[in-house]
Amino acid sequence: MPPPLQAHRLLISHRRLPSPARRRFTAASSLQSAPATTLAPGPATSSILSIRESLLSGERTAADITSEYLSRLRRTEPSLRSFIHVADAAAEREAEELDRRIASGEKDAVGPLAGVLVGVKDNLCTANMPSTGGSRILDGYRPAYDATAVRRLQEAGAIVVGKTNLDEFGMGSTTEGSAFQVTTNPWDDSRVPGGSSGGSASAVSARQCVVSLGSDTGGSVRQPASFCGVVGLKPTYGRVSRFGLMAYASSLDVVGCFGSSVFDTATILSVVAGHDKMDSTSSSQVVPDYASELVSLDLLESKPLAGLRIGIIQETLGEGVANGVISSIKGAASHLEQLGSVVEEVSLPSFSLGLPAYYILASSEASSNLSRYDGIRYGRQFSADDLNELYGESRANGLGHEVKMRILMGTYALSAGYYDAYYKRAQQVRTLVKESFKDALERYDILISPAAPSAAYKIGEKINDPLAMYAGDILTVNVNLAGLPALVVPCGFVEGGPAGLPVGLQLIGSPFCEGNLLRVGHIFEQTLQNLSFVPPLLAES
Amino acid sequence: MALTLLRGMRTPVSSGSNPGLFFAVLRPRLSRFTARAESAQATEPKAAPPPRSIQLATKEAAEQKTQGFEAVIGIETHVQLSTVTKAFCSCPYSYGAQPNSTVCPTCMGHPGTLPVLNEKVVECAVKLGLALNCEISMTSKFDRKQYFYPDLPKGYQISQFDIPIAKKGHVDLDLPVEFGGGHRKFGITRVHMEEDAGKLLHSESSSYSQVDLNRAGVPLLEIVSEPDMRTGIEAAEYGAELQRIVRYLGVSNGNMQEGSLRCDVNVSIRPVGQSEFGTKVEIKNMNSFSAINRAIDYEISRQILLHKEGQADQIVQETRLWDESSQKTFTMRKKEGLADYRYFPEPDLPEVVLTSDYINEISKSMPELPEAKRRRYENMGLSMQDVLFLANDDNIGHFYDSTLEHGADAKLAANWIMGDIAAYLKDEKVSIDEIKLTPLELSELIASIKNGTISGKIGKEILAELIAKGGTVKGVIEEKDLVQIADPAAIEAMVDKVIADNPKQLEQYRAGKTKLQGFFAGQVMKASKGKANPVLLNKILGEKLNAN
Ligand SMILES: [Zn+2]
Repeated sequence: MPPPLQAHRLLISHRRLPSPARRRFTAASSLQSAPATTLAPGPATSSILSIRESLLSGERTAADITSEYLSRLRRTEPSLRSFIHVADAAAEREAEELDRRIASGEKDAVGPLAGVLVGVKDNLCTANMPSTGGSRILDGYRPAYDATAVRRLQEAGAIVVGKTNLDEFGMGSTTEGSAFQVTTNPWDDSRVPGGSSGGSASAVSARQCVVSLGSDTGGSVRQPASFCGVVGLKPTYGRVSRFGLMAYASSLDVVGCFGSSVFDTATILSVVAGHDKMDSTSSSQVVPDYASELVSLDLLESKPLAGLRIGIIQETLGEGVANGVISSIKGAASHLEQLGSVVEEVSLPSFSLGLPAYYILASSEASSNLSRYDGIRYGRQFSADDLNELYGESRANGLGHEVKMRILMGTYALSAGYYDAYYKRAQQVRTLVKESFKDALERYDILISPAAPSAAYKIGEKINDPLAMYAGDILTVNVNLAGLPALVVPCGFVEGGPAGLPVGLQLIGSPFCEGNLLRVGHIFEQTLQNLSFVPPLLAES
Repeated sequence: MALTLLRGMRTPVSSGSNPGLFFAVLRPRLSRFTARAESAQATEPKAAPPPRSIQLATKEAAEQKTQGFEAVIGIETHVQLSTVTKAFCSCPYSYGAQPNSTVCPTCMGHPGTLPVLNEKVVECAVKLGLALNCEISMTSKFDRKQYFYPDLPKGYQISQFDIPIAKKGHVDLDLPVEFGGGHRKFGITRVHMEEDAGKLLHSESSSYSQVDLNRAGVPLLEIVSEPDMRTGIEAAEYGAELQRIVRYLGVSNGNMQEGSLRCDVNVSIRPVGQSEFGTKVEIKNMNSFSAINRAIDYEISRQILLHKEGQADQIVQETRLWDESSQKTFTMRKKEGLADYRYFPEPDLPEVVLTSDYINEISKSMPELPEAKRRRYENMGLSMQDVLFLANDDNIGHFYDSTLEHGADAKLAANWIMGDIAAYLKDEKVSIDEIKLTPLELSELIASIKNGTISGKIGKEILAELIAKGGTVKGVIEEKDLVQIADPAAIEAMVDKVIADNPKQLEQYRAGKTKLQGFFAGQVMKASKGKANPVLLNKILGEKLNAN
């Protein structure tokens, strides 16, 4: 558990933020009803701090804050469909209970995340809510335990408001692969929110909840963060326990988080990160209080990033990446230069090898990890006359197309006679990718790139073209192969939708250097002029 | 059956909030897998084998003409470790517990759960590896062995594939004296760590099956031998030696009836002199070493017969089950091509990296093993019969060594243990550490006989008393006034009285029927309540009878 937030110091400085007219996207500012700072124009501010201050000062009750979010959720959910399960009644009860404890003066009532509504990707187990992984085969399944990340959030006082939609078991980049519903993008409801953590990204973007948890196997936090205009963090492999995360590809899976500000994202990471004896691959590296290391705008020097060396990955700004995305990233790069850093192009020669290696390794592990969904012990079981038929029917009916395709690919790659040509070779490529990142990160403190080749595309656009969809992951999968941390912060817009479509900047760092990424991302975010990433949806009431 | 109720196949999906209770049930036509060996072996223990000893059966086998053929036998042994918790979760395991009572989300393969290695498993593996003279891998890893079966919750078994924790070892043993004895050394290919599967319980109507996952995730060591054995008795003794070793090491109870030690045997035959192997047949479902011996010898004869009848092509790669009631092996399943288990490295577990300090520590803590003990006893001058009896049971070995530590004569102590004490253990069906006699008192008893305080005959009486009731030799002697009468005058008086009381016998004796000295000795001994020193008694009696 991190030390309590240094709320007052940061709050005061945040309140003093200048608020000039930043009206290029004016939708949000026309909102009159919502008192939460999240909807104010200007640089992203911390909703967690604002909630904490309201509760500590008695200005607002947890019930009041919760009802603000829930009413927004109820209003926007019919078009967004971010949640597979909403626990609104439970959230209200928990908020009231928190208010009672605060009123009775209980000392520890206001934990670091007290009253903070959290959305949890539905491939993370929750004992008191259904957990489906977005799959028909787990329809109605209720785990017997909470995922470690979820438990830690709750212990810090967070209120889980529901389970967010995803591509089945995390396999997909649009959230169209959910067995239950398609989530839409808050910036344009004809577009995908990205995936697989599309529900979590959409929910934070639309302020249906304060922050959310996702998982990132090949970009599943970063790409939807980019599509939805929110901050998304993929921590170092092993930084956050995977216990309770339904495994897709165990050697790549990471629990990640979304927030509407870098500060909120950092706060969540401090809470969920750290060794867990239930996950032998979790690291025992000390967890810093990431948020307390973030410096507020008015305390910054004129060149806060002086001395920082940034490498912009050459291979990510070429063919296949939309022009608007490239110019946004270049704009972000020159902004980082203005802040004092040195930005240079860097080449990662193994970059293009990452995508095929990723799909072989991820599918191989998936084919194994998903064997447990056999209809025998839990989940949907289909009637059959013998054992093979039982397996066949349960899996044929319970699993979706994309999942079946990956199971088939992985089974093939691991088969006798093919193992060396596929799995083993992909592992060798993985080693190359790791090494080339290591080299680059010896020369640069941080590497930057786009998080996705384009902004959010139309629902249905790539649904019948899996290769095009896979190609969209090219900017993110290498980071998973190398196990590195990466932060996505909104950095610009491209044309599209009623109010433009957000573009995210990906910042990649050395293992366990999340603090560095968050520090730079926070400065970047706080100094970004004339851009506000509150979706137009929130004005439509 | 008092099973925890399992989920019916057609009942609606129930919420799995209590992970211990709900299991799917498989419906009809399960015949294709009802005969699976693990469950058959573990859930349907056959009646005790007919009272034929290993030795007897082997003698017959040895007499059997192998008719120019030689058998090649290799054994895969699974040893269930007696760790407090399972291999990858913190569930306990106890044999015979209520079905699905020792399970958790992890060993039930629930979504999101991860294995966490129980360090004791590594310790046991290193111990056994060292005991089997193996090379220990300083770095080994776990792999997933993948197949679908209802008793395998994750759809894969966590095992070790290309880098086992120990390899290239051997085991030494001595065959029973009754079979001509002889020392044997059999190669050990590898020892690896893995987890056990659960059990299927088939309904009596066989219209459905139930899954008991208590055993799922229990740690196993698999020991693979080289194909070095040639007869049933060699294979049985190999298994028995492994059982002794795991018991000596304390890593497993080695109990075959409970399935804590399971042997799968591969048997093939080939003409003597041929170097390539014949087609091998796997035999499972043997619940005792005697059964292993008989099953192998049966299988060898079956294969030889097929060869002799020109039907060698009917020997096919298959798994056969030993049937105790008919004393035959039966086809369980033919192997259609090699199964592809799609092994790949287990990504949820880090590599197992050992240090030489760790191995040295374990090495230092190793007990004396059966082979070392046998060689030590042999060097003490004991016969191989004695050596095998004393060394092959850990408890008896301890008792014997402890008796020697108290100063007892090695041969005399061996005789007492193998004689009266062994008879008692057999009659009462108890183990030597359950009797009330202590090694100290056995050594006292031996000393008391040696120094003439009591006679051997009295010694036997005292022993019986000590075994059953405990106490000390001195205490029993005093309490029952059993000190030997070694005073010549006292003995002479008793002799005189007996001679006087039996004039008729005296007359016969003096007429040449000298065998009657025994009668007189018996009478005197009886008069002394067994306490007369037999040497003195005979000496004085002889003098008196022959005096004229
Ligand atoms: Zn367990």
